[in-house]
Amino acid sequence: MRRSVDWPTHAILLLGVALFAFPIYIALVASTFDTGTIGRGDLPLWPGTHLIENYVAAWFSGGGRASPGAVSTMLLNSFVMAAVIAIGKIAISILSAYAVVFFAFPLRMVFFWMIFVTLMLPVEVRIIPTYEVASSLGLVNSYAGLTIPLIASATATLLFRQFFLTIPDELVEAAKIDGAGPLRFFFDTVLPLSRTNLAALFVILFIYGWNQYLWPLLVTTDSAYETMVVGVSKMIGTGDAYNDWNTIMAAAVLTMLPPVAVVVLMQRWFVKGLVESEK
Amino acid sequence: MRRRVIFRNKGLPYLLVLPQIVVTIVFFFWPAGQALYQSTQIQDPFGLSTRFVWLQNFAAILANPLYVNAALNTLLFSAGVTLLSMSAGLALAALADRPIRFAAVYKTLLIWPYAVAPAVAALLWLFIFHPAVGIIGRALVHAGIAWDYKLDGGQAMALIIFAAAWKQVSYNFLFFLAGLQSIPRSVIEAASIDGAGGMKRFWTIVFPLLSPTTFFLLVVNIVYAFFDTFGIIDALTQGGPGQATETLIYKVYVDGVVNLDLGGSAAQSVILMVVVIALTAIQFHYIERKVQY
Repeated sequence: MRRSVDWPTHAILLLGVALFAFPIYIALVASTFDTGTIGRGDLPLWPGTHLIENYVAAWFSGGGRASPGAVSTMLLNSFVMAAVIAIGKIAISILSAYAVVFFAFPLRMVFFWMIFVTLMLPVEVRIIPTYEVASSLGLVNSYAGLTIPLIASATATLLFRQFFLTIPDELVEAAKIDGAGPLRFFFDTVLPLSRTNLAALFVILFIYGWNQYLWPLLVTTDSAYETMVVGVSKMIGTGDAYNDWNTIMAAAVLTMLPPVAVVVLMQRWFVKGLVESEK
Repeated sequence: MRRRVIFRNKGLPYLLVLPQIVVTIVFFFWPAGQALYQSTQIQDPFGLSTRFVWLQNFAAILANPLYVNAALNTLLFSAGVTLLSMSAGLALAALADRPIRFAAVYKTLLIWPYAVAPAVAALLWLFIFHPAVGIIGRALVHAGIAWDYKLDGGQAMALIIFAAAWKQVSYNFLFFLAGLQSIPRSVIEAASIDGAGGMKRFWTIVFPLLSPTTFFLLVVNIVYAFFDTFGIIDALTQGGPGQATETLIYKVYVDGVVNLDLGGSAAQSVILMVVVIALTAIQFHYIERKVQY
């Protein structure tokens, strides 16, 4: 059967695609011009010739006049923060889910509910007392302060728990007959079976960590710990027209690149992680 | 739900839950307790002593016109973001669900904005709508419109709604698409045999079947608009001009961090916690008896 091309559908979808891509395209174009062209409001719709120097400037000294530091430092900080948060959340969640599913012990359900209710306390809501706790523990201006307070995750624990409940009893029985203890069963059977869940969660949590804003804004005052997302919005300052928009946009492009690349390249796991962690 | 076959170790399970429980107690229960405690205290202007004032902080907040203003801003903002991003997400999902070529390519090109941080989305749109350097901002000014989101509260609100919705469309798109794809083809075929046309078929058959997804997304989008959009407001308007774009979460930050009114800020946090708990409870209550096709 030959199907005629559904032009209206394609047209509207392309419009959506264009609306999503438009601001990124403008940012890319702006990052290839000099400050003067943009400041005069003469930004053309096609790329200019200052691409390399703008990115070099952003990389070594940051973007804009209010830049809190070099993009190279901020990117490194964001990578550390996102990776530690993702791996840390996965590590502590998989362990607690394993304990809750595969063991019977007093207080088991108390622990489960303690983890569960944290779903209801997003960091933005308890931000100032959390800052006070972090500050009294001496965590201000440190990687530990950037990451550990965000590391508890009810969603990851719930996801692993759901998955562990689908592991057949026979598998556990067989392992016990083979004389495997709980730790060997965890490393030899449970961990390999969880591979796709691990990948899916990692993608989601990496983006979550990378895109954090309010917490790093509060817990770091030293520019040595500045992260990309916070740094790039500090570059705008008051939104003055005569800012160095070219290097700011170069920095913005570099901020978006890692998480967008993760979503596009690991799309299958991203979709799985997003859909399943919200169940 | 329990397994039949379990391990019998005594100490090990405690060791396994320990890291998460420690982090949860230190960074969730302790701060939440602190917020509850501080919300009943008033600190003297020099920070030397505090005294217990029952619910005075709450009464002061609820009577404060600036708080009412922030609450109204939040309602307008979340209604705008939710409506805009959900309808755009639904429309795109309904189209991408049709049997067309390049459906997979469209999907990829429509989901990536999820990865853009709210603050960065704000920066991108600021640069486009900037009255002096932005492509659209300048065009509006040229067209004789008094466009300056730094002076006009309504324009500032429209801009943050637009930036926040732009970033959230892909999330809604993805979930609506998953919802649409789980509707059995036979149902839709039966409807078309009965003579229901495209639009009618969508609103009378497909949309009602999507109601669990729609409801779920409604809650998620409200939570997003309430809490995750701090970066958008901070990067774009800082709550201004005046207090035109100050939302509840932004006010918690301004009062606590900038104005150092710990009691008032804590009381606002407590009110927001109640809101989240209510929203989460509604969501879970609903998911418990999820409508199945």
